[in-house]
Amino acid sequence: MSEKAKDYAGAKLGMWLFLFTEIVLFGGLFLLYAGYLHRYRADFHQAARDLNTLLGGLNTVILLTSSLCVALAVTALERGRQGQCLLSLALTVALGLGFLVNKFFEWSAKFSHGLYPGSAHLHQLPPGQEVFFGLYFAMTGLHGVHVLVGAGLLSTVTLMVRRGRVRQEDFVILENAGLYWHVVDLIWIFLFPLFYLIT
Amino acid sequence: MTEAASPQDSPARGFLTPEPGRGGLASWIFSTDHKRIGLLYLTCIMTLFAVGVCLGLLMRLKLMTPGNTIIAPQTYNAAFTLHGVIMIFLVVIPSIPASFGNILLPLQLGASDVSFPRLNLFSWWLYVTGALVALVSIFTGSGAPDTGWTFYVPFSERTTTNVSVAVLAVLILGFSSILTGLNFITTIHQQRAPGMSWRRLPLLVWSLYATAWIQVLATPILGITTLLIFSERVLHLGLFDPSRGGDPLLYQHLFWIYSHPAVYIMILPAMGVISEIIPVFAHKKIFGYKMIAFSSLAIAFFGSLVWAHHMFTSGMSDVAVLVFSFLTFIVAVPSAIKVFNWLSTLYKGSISLEPPLLYSLGFILMFSIGGLSGLVQGAAGADIHVHDTYFVVAHFHYVIFGGTGLGMFAAMHFWFPKIFGRMYHRGRAAWAFGIIMVGMNTLYFPMFVMGLEGMPRRYYDYLPQFAHAQFISTVGSWVLALGLLLMFHNLYAGLRRGAPAGPNPWGAATLEWSVASPPPKENFPEPPVVSKGPYDFAPREHHV
Repeated sequence: MSEKAKDYAGAKLGMWLFLFTEIVLFGGLFLLYAGYLHRYRADFHQAARDLNTLLGGLNTVILLTSSLCVALAVTALERGRQGQCLLSLALTVALGLGFLVNKFFEWSAKFSHGLYPGSAHLHQLPPGQEVFFGLYFAMTGLHGVHVLVGAGLLSTVTLMVRRGRVRQEDFVILENAGLYWHVVDLIWIFLFPLFYLIT
Repeated sequence: MTEAASPQDSPARGFLTPEPGRGGLASWIFSTDHKRIGLLYLTCIMTLFAVGVCLGLLMRLKLMTPGNTIIAPQTYNAAFTLHGVIMIFLVVIPSIPASFGNILLPLQLGASDVSFPRLNLFSWWLYVTGALVALVSIFTGSGAPDTGWTFYVPFSERTTTNVSVAVLAVLILGFSSILTGLNFITTIHQQRAPGMSWRRLPLLVWSLYATAWIQVLATPILGITTLLIFSERVLHLGLFDPSRGGDPLLYQHLFWIYSHPAVYIMILPAMGVISEIIPVFAHKKIFGYKMIAFSSLAIAFFGSLVWAHHMFTSGMSDVAVLVFSFLTFIVAVPSAIKVFNWLSTLYKGSISLEPPLLYSLGFILMFSIGGLSGLVQGAAGADIHVHDTYFVVAHFHYVIFGGTGLGMFAAMHFWFPKIFGRMYHRGRAAWAFGIIMVGMNTLYFPMFVMGLEGMPRRYYDYLPQFAHAQFISTVGSWVLALGLLLMFHNLYAGLRRGAPAGPNPWGAATLEWSVASPPPKENFPEPPVVSKGPYDFAPREHHV
């Protein structure tokens, strides 16, 4: 493993390509959503009323703020302020975890009302509503996994910044992790209206 | 394969030289050298190819006579499913890009490695993991998957066989494919040597570039599709289950949005290989360089818009059928551009009929038959008649085995002396080629006839009227297997005892031939500066 001159543009290009694949991965689900919304318009509107817009809105604010934090972290390191960068990163991870905690309560409430994949109660609802909740759990679930991965990634980068492995002169890893977090945020920006606001 | 090269009479073994201080196997499976990773892929792919061939032979043996013979129906269902899954996801998709692409891409660009060498190794590990999970799905649970490689719902949701594990294997393999594609795109953008302009890229690189884009943009859809099947089975989401409001047709859409472009992942690199070989053995600059390069991108683009031609009988609107049928015909145009350009390159060339060229000519023949028969199915009306019959099976095997398979064999014969520094027996290679061609056509051509007469694919048994053609087809499978055995034996013998080949035995002009054979570990002792095109050949001296 000979150490080569670091190719910044290459590292960024590779990350952007990876982010495309993430968008396309969710794209398959968005496609299903579009198809089923077209078929079950009324059912979707009805089912969306069961979702807690307040919790969803809160989570949107949380993720947007965390995206701001990670952007601040990148800028801070770019200017050589390691401490500020660490603080922003820690805040980002905390907000990400907060999002998941919120999600946990939201899902638990659904489960306790008998709304979970394959449940008997769900099966009694009109087919369009059942599909709506199928999509809801699939898409927010997959997104939740991404939040978890992103939080893990940012925690690792935080450690790397602390140890000086990611620093002012070489912070492409932080930048790429930040990009990943932005995409996770971006996907939520689309999920939120599609599930919570179409009532 | 990789461990076998003996050191005796070869002057230098380049990247094959054992590394001091590192054990034999570890120096391969933990190596980030793109050439070693390429050979790892090649070894795995060829091993799994052998498995797939055996499953194919087993099916043909069963079908030789009608009725309940050597294997039970359920075993037969598992056999065609595994044959499909192994051949598609473990052999053909990675075939040329992961093996020869890995070995050659940096060499042809004048680079020392791909952009992300460790990611490259990780891709290989994912590939191996996927292969192991696929293996697990065969031998655990309640029986090997029996859905066919397409995993169509609702059957794949309800069958009790081990589909959940199999789709996870496909998911992992898809991830491996994505990372390879991502790595190649970045490498082509970032790692070109000084002077290696886009117009000087070898055509193999262009085809790998187009392929890599499909890998990156289409494979995630496979990822989500397999994830959904898994969740349907485990969590009962009901997204494709009509009793829960889901629609199986949407599964077919998602599946083919990936799986149709995937056939271009399979065929484009083979086209790149042919574009490399033909000018070398015609000893003439390639005809229509720009159009061949452009047609690769055009195939990648239009190939992504034709998926629903697999669904003409599934119950789509007539408008959709007509649009997809039209787009399907459009894809034939860039494919034909390539064929015409290859033939024009050969025209008035100074042709030496060496094994790589033989396999390439075989490619052109088989691909033309397969490609034109594809138009029969692309035509919305005719497709109703041949849909889900042996005609489709014949078409697919002509294109993928006759195309990608022969392209892969052509690559093996062309770059063999470069990779191993030795030459195989050329006469035997030509014989093997002849037998393979006879076998392949005897095996698959009767399927066109049977398909037109109405023989459905994937059936365990058949009407007496098909008995003759089925019998001929099975005999063809034996001839083909014999040819493959001879070919692999010949290559293996060349690996062990072949005469040293020298750096450029074919008189080719791309960069990989400018370094020693096998290439040194660091690829280029001096970073190369490119001053001429990939097909500007030196004046002819007589090559042995």
